[in-house]
Amino acid sequence: MNNADLVIIGGGPAGLAAAVAARKSGVQDILILERDNELGGILNQCIHNGFGLHTFKEELTGPEYAARFIDQVRELDIAYKLNTMVLDLAADKTVTAMNKTDGLFQLHPKAVILAMGCRERPRGALNIPGYRPAGIFTAGTAQRLVNMEGYLPGRRVVILGSGDIGLIMARRMTLEGAKVLCVAELMPYSGGLKRNIVQCLDDFGIPLKLSHTVVDIQGKERVTGITLAQVENGRPIPGTEEHYDCDTLLLSCGLLPENELSRAAGVELSPVTGGPAVNESLETNLPGVFAAGNVLHVHDLVDYVSEEAAAAGTHAAAFILGSEPPAGRILPVHCTNGVRYTVPTTIRPDCAGDTVTLRFRVGGVYKNKKIAVYCGESCIYSRKRPVLAPGEMETVRLKADLLRSGDAVTVTLEEG
Amino acid sequence: MYDSIIIGAGVSGCACARELSRYSANILVVEKEEDVCCGTSKANSAIVHAGYDAAHGSLMARLNVEGSRRMPALAKELDFAYEQCGSLVVCLSEEDRPALEKLYENGVANGVEGLRIIERDELVLMEPNIADSAVAALWAPTGGIVCPFGLTFALAENAAKNGVAFRFDTKVTGLHPIKGGWAVETDGGTLEARCIVNAAGVYADTLHNLADAAHPMKITARRGDYFLLDHTAGQHVRHTVFQLPGKYGKGVLVTPTVHGNLLVGPTAIDVDDKEATATTAAGLDEVRTKSGLAVKDIPLRQTITSFAGLRAHEARHDFFIGEIAPGFVDCAAIESPGLSSAPAIGAMVAGIVRDSLHLKEKADFDPTRKGILDPKTLDFAARAELIRQNPAYGQIICRCESVTEGEIIDAIRRTPGARSLDGVKRRTRAGMGRCQAGFCSPRVMEILSRELGVDQSEITKSGGGSKIIVGTNKDTL
Repeated sequence: MNNADLVIIGGGPAGLAAAVAARKSGVQDILILERDNELGGILNQCIHNGFGLHTFKEELTGPEYAARFIDQVRELDIAYKLNTMVLDLAADKTVTAMNKTDGLFQLHPKAVILAMGCRERPRGALNIPGYRPAGIFTAGTAQRLVNMEGYLPGRRVVILGSGDIGLIMARRMTLEGAKVLCVAELMPYSGGLKRNIVQCLDDFGIPLKLSHTVVDIQGKERVTGITLAQVENGRPIPGTEEHYDCDTLLLSCGLLPENELSRAAGVELSPVTGGPAVNESLETNLPGVFAAGNVLHVHDLVDYVSEEAAAAGTHAAAFILGSEPPAGRILPVHCTNGVRYTVPTTIRPDCAGDTVTLRFRVGGVYKNKKIAVYCGESCIYSRKRPVLAPGEMETVRLKADLLRSGDAVTVTLEEG
Repeated sequence: MYDSIIIGAGVSGCACARELSRYSANILVVEKEEDVCCGTSKANSAIVHAGYDAAHGSLMARLNVEGSRRMPALAKELDFAYEQCGSLVVCLSEEDRPALEKLYENGVANGVEGLRIIERDELVLMEPNIADSAVAALWAPTGGIVCPFGLTFALAENAAKNGVAFRFDTKVTGLHPIKGGWAVETDGGTLEARCIVNAAGVYADTLHNLADAAHPMKITARRGDYFLLDHTAGQHVRHTVFQLPGKYGKGVLVTPTVHGNLLVGPTAIDVDDKEATATTAAGLDEVRTKSGLAVKDIPLRQTITSFAGLRAHEARHDFFIGEIAPGFVDCAAIESPGLSSAPAIGAMVAGIVRDSLHLKEKADFDPTRKGILDPKTLDFAARAELIRQNPAYGQIICRCESVTEGEIIDAIRRTPGARSLDGVKRRTRAGMGRCQAGFCSPRVMEILSRELGVDQSEITKSGGGSKIIVGTNKDTL
C-alpha cells in the first residue's frame, strides 16, 4: 500500500477542493478515500442548478460543479480510491480503511483532512409519535432514489422541515409527478435559502406552513396519512390538528456533521455545530488533522465549502512541508447576541497571513442589524445587514494586522 | 398431517420449535407476518430478568429463573449476543425500604442466586449516574441483557437446521378438531396436525377460545413506549436499572443494550387494538418524565429512535402453559419476563408435546448454530484474510453500524432468511444506527433485489404492503 503524505477522508466537494489546493501548494503524495462508487459526494444527486455562481460565475448543476473539481483532480494526477470506507482514524493519524480490491489496509500520513460531510437528522431523533411504516424518508434519501435511481418514493407527499433539501425535493417530486401537499416547518421561519422558497414552493403553489409540526403518523405498513398541528414555544397547540391523506413523509429537519471518526480519534468537537473546533488554519486540536466543509459546520452554498476546503488544503500543505510560521499568540473567538457559533474558534494571528475568514450563523431572524467584530475592546469590523436568517451562513474577512493587540475576538450583532 | 404445528414465530414459538426439533417429528411453524420476531419479541426491553420479581410459586417465577439460568449456555450454543451485566432495583425513599426487602425475600424464595441489598455508597460506585435520592438497591448479579432478535433468529435457524419448516405470511383464520388432531384454517389453505402449539402472542386468546370455549381467556395488549439512544449514551449506566415502585410511583428501566446503545422505557398502556404499536406523544412524555427518577442526566437528546411494543397481558399475570384439549397446547399469556423465560418455556412446551405424541429423541439433533459473522469482532489480520477470501466483507453498506455487504448476503441466504429491510436490519443491524437507514436503505434494497431475484420496486420495509418505492419518475405524467 502506498503511503500518502496527505490523506483526505471524503471525495465530495470539500475533499476535492482540498486535494487540488494541497497539490497546488506542493504536496506530491495525496490520497482521497471515498466511500461511494464515484467522486463528487452528495453533489451527484443534486441535479438541480444554482451551484457555482460565486466560484465560476455561472449556474451549474451539482454533477457539473463536481465535474469541474474532478477534472482538476485528474489533471493534477491526484490518487483516489472509491468504494473505500475509513473504519478508524487514530490520534497519531493512522488511517484504517478497506475496500473490496485492497482489502483492509492502514496508512500513516503526515496530515489528514476530514471531509466526511454531514448526514440528515432522522425521524427517530425528532421524536415524532405514531406508527413506523414504510414511506418515511429523509429528503436526501428520497433525492437519491429519484435522481440517481429513477424511483419514485411516493405520490402524495408531506414534507416536514424547510431545509434546502426539503425545498428542492418539493419541486423535484412535483416535477416527477407526485403531489406535494405542503411543507411544514416547526420554526416561525424557514431554515432554507430565500431563493429556494421562491423557486421551489411559491412557483409551484406549494404552501409553506410555518410554526407547524407532525404530531402523528398513520399507517401500519405504508404511510396512509399524517396529522399536522400548529406549534407554540415548541409544543403543539391542541385543537389545531389538520389531517393529510398522504403516502409519504419527507424529512428535512437539519443536517448533522458526521464526526464519528473524528470523535474516536480524540478531535475536540463544538457542542453547537457538532463539528471540530478549529483554528484559523482549520486545524483541529490534533496537530496535522484539518477539517473543512459540512463535517466542520453545515454550509448553505457549496461555493463556500470549496473555498474553505481549499484553505484547509493549503494549510495542510504548509504543515506537511514545514513552512508554517511559529504559532505565537492564540486568541479565542467568542460569539454573543444572536451569533450561534464561529469557525474558527481560535485565531493565531502569526499564522493567519493577510486575512482571517470567519464564518458563522445566527440563531434567529434579525432585521436592520450590523455584524460587529471586536479584538479586545476595539471594533475591528462592522457591516450593516438588513436581514440575517439562520438559513444563510455569514462570512466576515478580518485584516490580520488588526489582531495584533487584544486577547480575544468577539463576534456580535448590534443595532444597525 | 404434521406431527405439530406451532402457531406464531415469536421468541416463544421459535423456542418451542427448537426444543421440539430434538425429536423425530414433522413440525411446521406458521406466522402471519413475513419473518420471525415481528410482534412482541421485536419490541421489548431486551433484558434477561434474574427472576426476583415474579410472585413466588407462580409458573412465571419458575420459568423465569430457569430461563435466566439456561441463557448463558444457550447463548454459547446458538451464538447470539447476551451479557450478564447484572441488574439493580433502586429504592428512592427510606419509606420504601420494606418493599425492597420484600422483593429480596421473594427473589431468594424463587431461587435467584447472588441477591444482595446494597446501600447508597456501594450503589454510587456501581452507577455514578444514579439519582441523588437513591438510598439502596437490590443487586441481582445474574440479571442480563440480550439481543431479542438475535435470540429469536438463533432459535429459528437452529430449529430449521433440525428439520422444522416455516411458513410466513400465513394467518390462521380458524381451528377445529379432526380425527387424530386438528385442522388449522389459514388464508393459505387448511393445514392439519396431530398437535397444535398456540404461541400466538397477543392473539393467543383467540386460538385458545376456539379450542376450549368453555374456559375463555382474554389477553389485553399492553403497550410500552421506549426511547433508544445512540452509542454515545451507551455507557450512561452499566447495569439494568429499575426503580422500585413506591412513593414516587412506578418508573421505567434504563439499561445498556448488548450493542452498546441505551434503552429507556417502557410505559404500560392497555390498548384495544392488538396492532396498535404506534407511539403517542403522551406515552413518550411519560417515559421522558419517569426516566429521570432513578437515573440522572439521561442524554435523551441522543435518542435515535422511539418505538412501542405490545405485551400479551392476562388478568392473572402468570404464564398459561398446558394441554387444554387433547393435542392442543397453550403457550399463552407470555408477557414480561417472556423473553427471559423463553429457553425454559420452549423446554416445557416441548416436553408436553413429546409426552402427548410419544415422540422419540433424534440421534442426529444438532444443538449448535453459528450467528452471522461480525467482522468487527476479528483482529486486523483475520479481518484482512476474510476480505481476501470474500471481498463482500470489504464493502461497508451501513456506515453507522459498520455492516458489510458480506453480512447482509449471509442474512438473506439463511433459513429462515431476510426478505425485507427490517429483516436485514434485525439480523445484521444495517439501518439500526444513528441515521436510521437513511444512508443504507437504497443500498440494502439493491442487495435484496439481486439476492432474491426480484425488482427493487417489490422490496418492502417489513412485508405486506410496506413497499419502499411506489413507481418510477414521471410514470403518471
